Amino acid sequence: MRRNRRLAAFSSLFLLLAACAENAPQDTLEPKGPVARQIDNLIDPVFAVAGVVLVLVLGLVLVAIVKFRAKPDSPEPEQIHGNTRLEVGWTLAPALILLAVAVPTIATIFDLAKKPDNAVNITVIGHQFWWEYRYDDLGVVTANELRMPVGRPVQLTLNSDDVIHSFWIAPLAGKQDVVPGRNNTMSFSADAPGEYLGQCTEFCGASHANMRAKAIAMLPADFDAWVAGQRAGAVAAAPGTAGEAGSLLFAQKGCGGCHTVAGVSEGVLGPNLTHFATRTSFAGSIFDNNDANLRRWLRDPQGEKPGNKMIIPGPPLTPDEITELIAYLNTLR
Amino acid sequence: MAIVTPQRPEALAPEQPLNTPVRFLRRPTGYTKGLWGWMTTVDHKKIGIMYSATAFIFFLIGGLEALLLRLQLGGPDNTFLRADTYNQVFTMHGTTMIFLVIMPLSAGLANYLLPIMIGARDVAFPRINAFGYWVFLAGGLFMYSSFFLGGAPNGGWFGYVPLTRNLPGHNIDYWVFGLQILGIASLTGAINLIVTVINMRAPGMSLMRMPIFVWMSLVAQFLLLFAIPVITVALFLLSFDRLFSTNFFNVAAGSDPLLWQHLFWMFGHPEVYILILPAMGIVSEVLPVFSRKPLFGYQVMVFSGIAIGFMGWGVWAHHMFATGLGPVAVSAFSASTMFIAVPTGVKIFNWISTLWKGKLTFPTPMLFAIGFVTMFTIGGLSGVTHGVVPADTQQTDTYYIVAHFHYVLFGGSMFGLFSGAYYWYPKFAGRMLDERLGKIHFWLMFIGFNMTFGPFHILGLQGMPRRVYTYPEGRGWDVWNLVSTIGSFVIALSILVFIINMWKNRKPQEVGDDPWDARTLEWTIPSPPPEYNFKEIPLVTSRDELWHRKYTEDEDGRSVRREVTLGQPHMAGTEVEPTGPEGSESPDHVQAPGDHADGGEENGEHEEHIHMPSPSYWPLVTAIGLPIVSYGMIYKTWAVAIMGGVWIFGSLYAWALEPATAPEDTPVHGPDTSGEDLEAVPA
Repeated sequence: MRRNRRLAAFSSLFLLLAACAENAPQDTLEPKGPVARQIDNLIDPVFAVAGVVLVLVLGLVLVAIVKFRAKPDSPEPEQIHGNTRLEVGWTLAPALILLAVAVPTIATIFDLAKKPDNAVNITVIGHQFWWEYRYDDLGVVTANELRMPVGRPVQLTLNSDDVIHSFWIAPLAGKQDVVPGRNNTMSFSADAPGEYLGQCTEFCGASHANMRAKAIAMLPADFDAWVAGQRAGAVAAAPGTAGEAGSLLFAQKGCGGCHTVAGVSEGVLGPNLTHFATRTSFAGSIFDNNDANLRRWLRDPQGEKPGNKMIIPGPPLTPDEITELIAYLNTLR
Repeated sequence: MAIVTPQRPEALAPEQPLNTPVRFLRRPTGYTKGLWGWMTTVDHKKIGIMYSATAFIFFLIGGLEALLLRLQLGGPDNTFLRADTYNQVFTMHGTTMIFLVIMPLSAGLANYLLPIMIGARDVAFPRINAFGYWVFLAGGLFMYSSFFLGGAPNGGWFGYVPLTRNLPGHNIDYWVFGLQILGIASLTGAINLIVTVINMRAPGMSLMRMPIFVWMSLVAQFLLLFAIPVITVALFLLSFDRLFSTNFFNVAAGSDPLLWQHLFWMFGHPEVYILILPAMGIVSEVLPVFSRKPLFGYQVMVFSGIAIGFMGWGVWAHHMFATGLGPVAVSAFSASTMFIAVPTGVKIFNWISTLWKGKLTFPTPMLFAIGFVTMFTIGGLSGVTHGVVPADTQQTDTYYIVAHFHYVLFGGSMFGLFSGAYYWYPKFAGRMLDERLGKIHFWLMFIGFNMTFGPFHILGLQGMPRRVYTYPEGRGWDVWNLVSTIGSFVIALSILVFIINMWKNRKPQEVGDDPWDARTLEWTIPSPPPEYNFKEIPLVTSRDELWHRKYTEDEDGRSVRREVTLGQPHMAGTEVEPTGPEGSESPDHVQAPGDHADGGEENGEHEEHIHMPSPSYWPLVTAIGLPIVSYGMIYKTWAVAIMGGVWIFGSLYAWALEPATAPEDTPVHGPDTSGEDLEAVPA
């Protein structure tokens, strides 16, 4: 008996608890953009209706348990076989409720499928286990972090280089699967500047958990400045510095076979590193971009991120080599 | 499990074989006992017990895997399991619980009970029945052998291409061929049970008098019959891609990976109803018995089950709302997903109405049945929210989905199956399970279940994705994951209590035919039942046949115990005492005119022999060939594969030549024997 009451409270608390959680950056019930908000506005009343139905059902069960519990003097019950009117009633009532849910749902489906005007077009390519973003109209290629201006929607065209992934920035929009051989699309925008987190949500192999995503919304002027910076060529390291030694090592170790650095190498298996130092995170956004994390990563990429495609040929890098490479990467502004 | 089945009287020794079909071992007979007796049995009850026992062992393995997963996810950045190990474990957890636990547990119960509930002595194809079990066991062992042969499947139970096409090693091959083997088991089982229910009902057991568990199992078997071929096709395509480099799922050659998803979910969604319908049937049997009222709205329950069966084929793409199907297709599947909730909702309200105005008692089966109704309601409601597609694009592939289907498959199917286990255990084992331990089991499981899976709703809405072996700090997921991990160990504890309960109550006692004062035919025969189930094939005059033999109704429609419980009515029909009040219009015992058409034919039989089919080792021998073929295929050792094929073909040939009843096997009793000799002789 008590369990049912507690249960009803427990279930209706789910929403409350989920909504009130502190520091849950991927919370779907805390929309930070118009698309996510439209979804949230659609589902909130449905949760409420579902909650009412749940309380009704649990309440009826509870009443039945209390009221019709066998007592020593209970007579044998009347053998009721059914009641057509009631049964028709509770066939029609849920059907009507569901109809009331279906109509706005379908309207929203079509609404969200519309392509916005004046959007920033970005091609998103899923790789095991990182994201590539190509701003073809702007001549920018970057990885892991989707940069977008505030107040202007982005229109994404998504496809995959290998297996199926699913692109998701939880506070901004729902998921869109990234299917090799198909060009799926989605669009969304952000209310305010800031970092919005998400991750790959279609199981894509060993390091599926390590394929995170981040969108960084910027004021339009900042976005334009960022684009200008990304369009510039790579800066060569100053002669005689550790950075220069690192650039030689970069060539010697064959890093350029997989990584593009504009004017230096043309590899395409791994992320384009031309402006690596301007990124806030790396390796599928599992690491913040700082020297300590880079050191961890370069020491043992397979240990840090099992199954990823970064294989450093030859013997493991020495600490000095790593220091030089980090110095080089830091010059790639 | 120590369940003793009655054996034939020693006095009737077997005679010498008269002729010899293909054989390399002496054919077992009804007198064969011990391990060889179990291995060669064609008795649907023994096979049902073997299904259930095997599935229970797989349940423990799948549960252990779940505990490993929960240990890894108990805190952020945990390193208890490595990434690939985690992926193997979650793949096998899902595959095990679906294909090796819930399906065979339902198959086990159906095997044991369906023939008895419809008044038959065995299933239509007893040797195929045994074959189905051995193939199931072979498939399960085959798939689990992968753990020792290079690694278990690691592509998820849904096996999406192109990932599963590309993954190196043989992990995925074990999954593909294992599921193919299990599919054969399911298909043969489905055909057997369908034919049994359609053809072997006792006289008077019209379709609309069948117990609701029989109905729901029948619908589930039809779903299996049509769903298994779909996944078989998909798996064949995938295995050809992997073994022979065909291009069914090769994107570079122009294939569309969504083909796999359509095929998989066209199987996968009916599969969900295959898993839940039998449990719905169990609960629909248990609630009336402990409410002392008939099931409310029997017809509606039957038709809503059938409706679910049909509608279940029209919702598969709701697993694919994020794949980019386009707004028109998505809208159609959104609507169908919502409206399949209607027949489900009707069932829930009818269950509550069954309780309403009843005289409720709460032994363990009833607790689990009520647990089912409440937990399944939560799962059903969260299911409706998936139909709201824009919201589903936020929920899909998060723990919200994991919460949903655990409320359906654990809070639903498993609670239903546990209800059935406690309810029918006295019939299977001849002894009640302990009520005190049963209640401890229920409450621990109920609390542990909600502790484990309730927080998944929150985690999912907070954006925690499924199938991740690790998660970072600072996402707000730490606390609820820890709660869930603790809850999973409470569930494990409850299972331990259940095992202790069964262990303590393994030896049969005198429990009587009908310990629950129940309503259906299985309670008219001894516990455990004799090999032939019914001394005389029963004549069925009403739905809830046993209840109407025991009770009549007064003018207010209340049950009144008859002074003398009616015995077996005579076959001719004319002497059958009407059940219920004179000229009763009560819908569940209207006599259909054609019901007794077969009565005359059956009439003579019970006075003569009861011919039970003889045991046979050919089903087991044939089944062994399937993993042999599969190993040969996986390792491209064609000689082994061909050998396995020859093995299967040869065994089938020998099987085909083997008479159903061995000439040396004598009937259960001779023509002159009086009825008393039929009584079961417990060992």
